Amino acid sequence: MQDEAHKPYTEGSMHSTAPVIDPGLTFASVTDKISSIVLKRKTSLAWFFGFAISFALFQLMLLTITNLVFVGIGLWGVNVPVAWGMDILNFVWWIGIGHAGTLISAILLLLRQRWRTSINRFAEAMTLFAVAQAGMYPIFHLGRPWLMYWLFPYPNTMGIWPQFRSPLMWDVFAVSTYATVSAMFWFVGLIPDFATLRDRTRSKPFQILYGMLAMGWRGSARHWHRYEMAYLLLAGLATPLVLSVHTIVSFDFAVGIIPGWHATIFPPYFVAGAIYAGFAMVLLLTIPLRRFYGLEGFITMRHMHNMAKVMLATGLIVGYGYTMEAFFGWYSGNKYERFMIWNRMHGPYHLYYWALILCNIITPQFLWSRRIRSNLLALWIISFIVSIGMWLERFVIVVTSLHRDYLPSSWGQYQPTQWDWGMFIGTIGFFFTLLFLFIRFLPMISIFEMRTILPEAEVEE
Amino acid sequence: MAEFENPTDLVAAAQKVYSLGYRRINGYSPYPIEELSEAIGFTKTSLPLIVFIGGLIGGLSGFFMQYWIEVIDYPINVGGKPYNSWPAFIPITFEMTVLVAAFSAVLGMLILNKLPQPYHPVFNLPNFALATRDRFFLAIEANDAKFNHSEVVDLLKNLNAVAVNDVEV
Repeated sequence: MQDEAHKPYTEGSMHSTAPVIDPGLTFASVTDKISSIVLKRKTSLAWFFGFAISFALFQLMLLTITNLVFVGIGLWGVNVPVAWGMDILNFVWWIGIGHAGTLISAILLLLRQRWRTSINRFAEAMTLFAVAQAGMYPIFHLGRPWLMYWLFPYPNTMGIWPQFRSPLMWDVFAVSTYATVSAMFWFVGLIPDFATLRDRTRSKPFQILYGMLAMGWRGSARHWHRYEMAYLLLAGLATPLVLSVHTIVSFDFAVGIIPGWHATIFPPYFVAGAIYAGFAMVLLLTIPLRRFYGLEGFITMRHMHNMAKVMLATGLIVGYGYTMEAFFGWYSGNKYERFMIWNRMHGPYHLYYWALILCNIITPQFLWSRRIRSNLLALWIISFIVSIGMWLERFVIVVTSLHRDYLPSSWGQYQPTQWDWGMFIGTIGFFFTLLFLFIRFLPMISIFEMRTILPEAEVEE
Repeated sequence: MAEFENPTDLVAAAQKVYSLGYRRINGYSPYPIEELSEAIGFTKTSLPLIVFIGGLIGGLSGFFMQYWIEVIDYPINVGGKPYNSWPAFIPITFEMTVLVAAFSAVLGMLILNKLPQPYHPVFNLPNFALATRDRFFLAIEANDAKFNHSEVVDLLKNLNAVAVNDVEV
């Protein structure tokens, strides 16, 4: 019995797998190790370096937005017929990245995948920051972003209401609900860890700050019971929510009658693509981070393997989506649909299409090999390529369908301008700025959930 | 208030104290222990009901907001579709359900737990800061019907507690 309880947690699988966490860890060492990243006085030079670069890029975003508000969206390369250029494709790209966070924190919780514990906090933060970037694009694409509140149904002197039959309205509700629920889920998860930081920090101002955020959490058994229930219910609510969000994002396209958009495959294929892109981003960020902060004991090779496998699986679903798109185009017998798919493969943007196939279908096949999954550098490079591939996917969907629709006289070309790139690079800067601040001021691994998977957490009869 | 070094001792002590008839007791631990809330006789919470009602309110208000706007207050004929084109109202109905239910879960949990609560007597115990690290506590409140100071101290000391302290209320 004694020995049984002190074995590292292995999820009772048939074959032996690597442990989820370093078996030598205890309550005290887990707490001290994770909280010390936040509480130690000295900030490393590398952190300042990374933060400075991100912050500089963030200024580029502010510059772009200022210019955009003064001049108007003519700054961007969008025009009829391609009125949805980089702003919408970046919106979809960012929000897709966010989906992995919710998947890890909510869906894997319901599926009792306990390995999620080491990465859920970080992935949720990533979700929140990615959704923040995504939200900016449609707002500034409005042209008059200061009137964005017109999107919400509020009683107004003009006597008008939004049109709820439009997928664009669904999007407003889906994205704002998603952002709100993700923020709440994240904050609720942080409450017990705020209490830990409150009790561990030596600095008075931070004691007060973390104390206020912890709201007087004291680990009472009654509180924990309700807390666990609330957390479980939130996970249950977030699971259909995350599936609905990208489904609704895909409706923005699928409900339209543009060739190449009007396809029933869109919702599942978008959701799989979102998870694919999101896991690529989680890997892209955790591989350097665990190395830099010495978190190999918490985020083990087991996590890397599992995330790589999820990426491979969703990558195959996405590959199926591309195949079906091409098949639908041919099988429909509709000349516009057939032309659309031919134009994607051989038209002015064919390089994008084939690059997309290379990045998103060919590259992940390397993940079948255990050796490549164990090689962190290779895994990082694959994740990077997949992130680019998912960006290309949205480019292909948005641009190639729009630039050649039914009427040849209204065909056109789309070329992103420097301001399009400024906005995109700027949001990447903003994303990393938020991420660097998060790493410095909040525990990036959920401390209390890590305690629950320690061998000593078992209550012996 | 007794201090324990591991969860097993705490749960065993809580079961013992509960079986002796003490009811105003509470355990404190650095992470959720299912057995502990069972041991102190706390297994039911009305939170699921609150969340269900929240979701119901969200869903109904989401749907009827759209119905009222599109059918009654501001009907617009879009391509001859019915004013009450309810399938188009489902996405927002669903989002509103989730939104209100999630708010009820978070606020319901905080309100039932009486949080935020800046002051609580247990914080007076200097070692209690370890309750968020690696120590486990069991408190028997002085207003329990069976409470007798010396008896309670003896009882807790015999239950593997590493320390037993009084907490000023």
